[in-house]
Amino acid sequence: MTSLPSSIDETLALLGSAGYVADRPLATVLFLALRMGRPLFLEGEAGVGKTEIAKVLAGALGRRLIRLQCYEGLDVASAVYEWNYAAQMMAIRLGEAAGETDRDRLEADVFSERYLLKRPLLQALEPDTAGPPVLLIDELDRTDEAFEAFLLEVLSDFQVTVPEFGTIRADSPPIVLITSNRTREIHDALKRRCLYHWVDYPDAERELAIVKARLPNAPAELTREIVAFVQAIRKQDLFKAPGVAETLDWASALVELDAVALDPAVVSDTLGVLLKYQDDIQTMQGSAVKAMLDAVQAELKAA
Amino acid sequence: MQGDRRTVPPDDAAPAGHLADNIAYFARALRTAGLPVGPGAVVDAIAAVEAAHIGTRADFYWTLHAIFVTKHAQSVIFDQAFRLFWRRRALVEKLIAALSPIAPGEQTSKDKPKPGAERVATAFPTGTREPPPPKRALELSAQFTMSDRERLASRDFAQMSAAEIAEAKQLIARLVLPQDKVTTRRWRADPRGRRIDARASFRRALATGGHFVDLAWRQRAERHPPVVALVDISGSMADYSRLFLHFLHALAERRPVASFVFGTRLTNVTRALARRDPDEALASASLLAKDWEGGTRVAASLAQFNRQWSRRVLGQGAIVLLFTDGLEREVTPELGAAMDRLHRSCRRLVWLNPLLRYDGFQARAGGIRAMLPHVDEFRTMHNLNAMTALVAALSVKGEDADPRRWLLPAA
Repeated sequence: MTSLPSSIDETLALLGSAGYVADRPLATVLFLALRMGRPLFLEGEAGVGKTEIAKVLAGALGRRLIRLQCYEGLDVASAVYEWNYAAQMMAIRLGEAAGETDRDRLEADVFSERYLLKRPLLQALEPDTAGPPVLLIDELDRTDEAFEAFLLEVLSDFQVTVPEFGTIRADSPPIVLITSNRTREIHDALKRRCLYHWVDYPDAERELAIVKARLPNAPAELTREIVAFVQAIRKQDLFKAPGVAETLDWASALVELDAVALDPAVVSDTLGVLLKYQDDIQTMQGSAVKAMLDAVQAELKAA
Repeated sequence: MQGDRRTVPPDDAAPAGHLADNIAYFARALRTAGLPVGPGAVVDAIAAVEAAHIGTRADFYWTLHAIFVTKHAQSVIFDQAFRLFWRRRALVEKLIAALSPIAPGEQTSKDKPKPGAERVATAFPTGTREPPPPKRALELSAQFTMSDRERLASRDFAQMSAAEIAEAKQLIARLVLPQDKVTTRRWRADPRGRRIDARASFRRALATGGHFVDLAWRQRAERHPPVVALVDISGSMADYSRLFLHFLHALAERRPVASFVFGTRLTNVTRALARRDPDEALASASLLAKDWEGGTRVAASLAQFNRQWSRRVLGQGAIVLLFTDGLEREVTPELGAAMDRLHRSCRRLVWLNPLLRYDGFQARAGGIRAMLPHVDEFRTMHNLNAMTALVAALSVKGEDADPRRWLLPAA
C-alpha cells in the first residue's frame, strides 16, 4: 500500500508516475483533500479528465476504485443498499418448514448482513486490506436533487443508516471524488462539504506533455502540430470546444492514418473526431481549416 | 442605520406614554403593510423597549425588529416602515397625525421607491381619512367589482398607472400556477400505483410472520419541469418585462426557474429573483443588470446563452420562455442559428411577444421572420389575460399558438 503524499510536489509526482499530467492548482487541491479527509468536487467541461483523476489516483495509491455512475432516478436501492428479497423469502420459508416460530429471531436472521446487497456507497465504507478505497461519484449532475440528500450523510460523517440494521460507519473514511459536467447546478449544501476545483482545458505546454505521456509512439512533429491546432480551435467561437479526450483520440486517429504532419485534407477528413456538433464542423470546414492550419504552422516555425 | 447615534425619540422630554402610543401606531402601520403583528406583540415591544434601556437609534431599531419580524422576508418591509415612521421628529409627528383619525396626512412619493416602500407607503394613510359619506362609500365599493378586475386584466401593461401596476402585481402573485408535470425516473409509494414495491411489501409481510403478503405499490414520481426565461429588458420592452419578472417570481414558488435578462448583454438574475419578497427580488435583479432600457442585441445574447448557460440549465427537460419583441436592428444569419440551437436544446420553446397585441400584427420584421421558424409557440404577453393564457398553455400543449400560422399569410 502506497502511503498518501505528504506535499504538493509529491502529489504532482504521484499523478505523474501514473501518466496523469496535472497542473499545480489541481495537485494542491487534491493534496488538501487527501490531507483533510474531505471529498473533492471536480467540475468542468466534458473530456477534460475529471474521471481520469480518480482512476489514476486509485491506481497510483494501489487502492480499490469504487465507481458510482449517476443517472436520473438513482435511488437508495441502487446506490447504497438493497435487501435480497428472494433469499429472505426463502429463509422465512425454510424457517417455517423447520418449525421456527420465534418472530424476533426470524427478523434478526432475515435482516442480517447476509441478506444485505451492498451498493457502491456502502461498499466504500467497508474496510479494505489495501487501505480505504477511492470512491468516484461520477457525473453527479445527472441525478436529481433528491439524490444529493442521500449523499449529505455519507459525505459529512462517512456513515450510512439502514433502518432495519443500524448505522454503518467507516473506520477509515474513503477518498471521495465527485465529478460534474455542470448540466445542472449542484446544491450549495453539498458543495459546502467538499473542496471545489474547476478542471479547465490544459494550456499548450501541459497538453503536449499529456499527449506525449499517453501516445509515446506518435511523431514529435505531428504531436506539436496537433496540440497547437487544438489550442487554436478552442479559441474559436464553437458550441463545444474539444476536450483533452478528443485531442488524444485525434492524435491516435492520425497515428493510425500514418500521418506525419497535418495538412488541410487530413484535418477535414478527421474533423469528426475532434468536433461533435454539426454546426461546429460546418463553421470549421473548408477554408477555415486551411487558414487556421497555416497560421498554426507558421507560428510553430517561428518558435 | 446602525451608524446613526441619535437618541430616539430625539426629544428627551417626550413622555414614556407618548412612546408607547407611537409603538402602537407603528405596529398598526406594520400590520397594514402586511406583517402579522398582533396586540400581544405591541405589549411585548413596549416592554422590550423599556427593558432594553434604549440608548441609540440602532438599538431601538433592532429591539423592535426582534419583536415584530418573524421571517427574513419581512425585514425589508420593517426597514422601510421604520425609516418612514421614525425618520425625524417632525415626520413622526406628521405620521402620527396621519394615523390619527382626525386629519389626513400628507403623502410624499418618490419616482423610484425602494423595494417594499410602495406597500409600506400605501399602508400608512389607510384608515386615516374620515369615514367617507355613505354616497361615496357606494362609489368606492363599486370600484372593486368583477368588472373592475376584468378591466384591469385586459389593460395593456404599458398603459397602466402606478396604482394599477401595484394591483396587477398582487393579482400576479395570486395567479393559479400551471399544473404541468413530467414523470421522473424516481419511484414513490402510491397505494394506487402500478408496480409492486418489493421492499415495502416484504416489510409488511414480516408483520404477519410471512403468512400474508400485503402488497405495497409504487408509482413514478412526477415533478414540474423547470422553466428557463430569457427576458428582453431593452427600452421598447421595459414596461412589459418588469411585470413579466413578477410573473417569473410567482412561478418560481412551485418549480425551478432560471431567469436571464438581456439588453446588449446577458445577465443571470436567478439568484436575485429567488428572494422571497417580489419587490426586493426585482430591485436586486435591476442592480445586477446594467443595461436596463437600453438597446438590444438578441442574436448575440442568445448565442452567449447557448454557449455559457444552455448546457447548465436546460438539462432537466426545461421549457424556455423567450420574452422579446424580436426587433433586432441588424438581422444576420447568426440570429437564426442561435434560435435553432436554442430550440434543439430545450423541450419546448415559447416566444412571448408583446407586439402580438395589435390586431393587425404581421410577421414582417426581419428579426421576427428569422426567429419564428424555430419556436414551438408564439404568444402575446401584454396584459394579465395573456398571462393567464400562458399559464393555461403551459398546463397543456398549446395548439392555438402555432408560429407557422404567422409565416404563411405574409409569405
